[in-house]
Amino acid sequence: MTTTTADTAATESDYVPEEPGFWSRLFHLWPVKLAILIIVIIWVIPTLGVLITSFRAPAQVQETGWWTVFTNIGSNEWTLSNYSDVLSSEGFGNAFLNSLSVTIPATVMPITIAAFAAYGFAWMDFPGRQWLFVLVVALLVVPLQMSLIPLLRLYTTINLNGTFPALWLAHTGFGLPLAIYLLRNYIGSLPSSMMESASIDGATHFETFTKLVVPLSVPVLASFAIFQFLWVWNDLLVALVFLGGEPDVRVVTLALNNLNGARQQAWHLLTAGAFITMALPLVVFLSLQRYFVRGLTAGSVKG
Amino acid sequence: MSERAAFEFEQADGIEPHQTFGPEYKGPGPNLWTQVLRILVSVAIPLIAFGILYWAGTVVLDEDANRVLVVAVALIIGVFGVMFLFYAMDWLVNRLPERYRHYVLPFVFVGPALFLLGVFLLYPTIVTFKLSFQDRFGEGFVGFQNYVDLFTDTNTLEALRNSILWVIVVPALAVGIGLAFAVLSDKLGSKGEAFSKSFIFMPMAISFVGASIVWRFIYNFRPEGFGDQIGLLNGIWSGIGFEPVAWLLQEPWNNFYLMVILVWLQVGFAMVILSAGIKAVPEDVLEAARIDGANEFQVFWRVIIPMISSTLVVVLTTIVITVWKVFDIVFVMTSGEFGTSVVAERMVTEFFTNSNEGKGAALAVVLLVAIIPLMVLNVKRFQAQEAQR
Repeated sequence: MTTTTADTAATESDYVPEEPGFWSRLFHLWPVKLAILIIVIIWVIPTLGVLITSFRAPAQVQETGWWTVFTNIGSNEWTLSNYSDVLSSEGFGNAFLNSLSVTIPATVMPITIAAFAAYGFAWMDFPGRQWLFVLVVALLVVPLQMSLIPLLRLYTTINLNGTFPALWLAHTGFGLPLAIYLLRNYIGSLPSSMMESASIDGATHFETFTKLVVPLSVPVLASFAIFQFLWVWNDLLVALVFLGGEPDVRVVTLALNNLNGARQQAWHLLTAGAFITMALPLVVFLSLQRYFVRGLTAGSVKG
Repeated sequence: MSERAAFEFEQADGIEPHQTFGPEYKGPGPNLWTQVLRILVSVAIPLIAFGILYWAGTVVLDEDANRVLVVAVALIIGVFGVMFLFYAMDWLVNRLPERYRHYVLPFVFVGPALFLLGVFLLYPTIVTFKLSFQDRFGEGFVGFQNYVDLFTDTNTLEALRNSILWVIVVPALAVGIGLAFAVLSDKLGSKGEAFSKSFIFMPMAISFVGASIVWRFIYNFRPEGFGDQIGLLNGIWSGIGFEPVAWLLQEPWNNFYLMVILVWLQVGFAMVILSAGIKAVPEDVLEAARIDGANEFQVFWRVIIPMISSTLVVVLTTIVITVWKVFDIVFVMTSGEFGTSVVAERMVTEFFTNSNEGKGAALAVVLLVAIIPLMVLNVKRFQAQEAQR
């Protein structure tokens, strides 16, 4: 009895393929890996140079290239003073708060309004439902440059220029087409049997929307939120036109642009400033990449 | 045959997503009051919300106010305030007689969005068209003069030439590199693939302004004898024995140096979408091609490329639109000098710096008109998708 088991075990183990060793795994497909490594290095180096420079002493930044930190390891002077200078005397600290004040409401407001509209387009009956949605699809690609001049005039007459609400509203308007499009595609693909049973149970449209549709749509709401957050945070044009460069309201992109204009060769400040503007979007992006990719592919690959 | 038809019918019945539902209404049709109510419910929520925002944002919280407070107030209005307005409007409409309720309720949902689209996109588009036929103050009509100026002025002609170059070069490079990277990383294990992709992907989170600073540092130039080069490109260039070059002043090549920045930013987008497309190609199709004796290159060019062609078109058109509207990079790097201006940048320069509303509007119209074919394509693609559903 025991011998038989041992025998079968032995024969079975004969068929187990040998685990490839570390080196053979490393060099498997090496031309592909080499090509990928080269592209990755090219893609990372620009950002790496900025990151390293932002921590170097100002005198050293002007004297030697950032890549020499790898060869003259002994004589490097590292400092945080570039960051403290940029945050306080160049006003990036205030600009960072301004950017948050602009971005968070300008991300949340279009989502609420677009979610209601997406539900209406997907599940309610009204005249012009089809062609109004086609209009939304068409508006997806209208350059926002078309809106700048008339909106600036409108804002001037109601005295809204240079205020945060001006940007909240403008970004809400500009973000709506994509938001409605993405959300309607998702909300429209929820099973109709579910909607009907909710209706039979006596739920109104409003209840179906808040208690059923919104909880089920969290992934697509998240992916649009990331889009809009990155877009508003990184925007320069809309902020330049409607907010202007006044230090008390300007956002980080404007602060960086002004620094770039005023101190062309102050690389220790420019690199630190650039990194301050990048930090939050990079964190948001890298931690929520999954949702972002899902939103991108849902928006483009379908069909 | 009939079995299959029945199956399809069942399928269609089961997944048809855009049939509406709700209690059926067989009363009288809409009348004038329904129309008035529809407009009222559409306009009310945005206007009330705006009134509160305006009051909160300019009266209660002036410039000296605490930013945290500003954000908190905006969030409360933006989320709960807007939500509450929708709720209140729904409650009000439900108090209406049945015949009105049925016709008005959908506009509680879609109306506010439609109103905002009208105010922020549709109405400005019409006004901009009108302004493009008016003088620099947006007053007297000048006919086609602004357009004649655009197509005879050397500055704008140069901007047009450059924009066309951008639209050809950047999408081609971004899609080419993105596709190559998607195919190559597909051969790695799933961990290595995700890891290497995130590096290519990362620039997508960076603003155009930030990216411009990053690359202006790379192109940085010091005349010889004024110390070591601190820009990477000139560091390498002088390291291998050449004289340092002021890259951004080299007409017309500086245009390509600026395009590199946008390629760097956009490859990640192309890669992600194309990678998803490649993974959707069924494995047995590829296997069949290989059994028939196709090598990997033939599999790629004759099987994978044709199968992802619609995805390729989507990626190309999306990047073309982004490139056509590019403003920040040129504005930050060169302010459009040294022969690098592009249409979107000219538009802002004319309207904002030169305060010439007519010319700025005409340039915006040029931006839009060139995109109309892509808009039509987009709508057709959408309608084809809908027909499939």
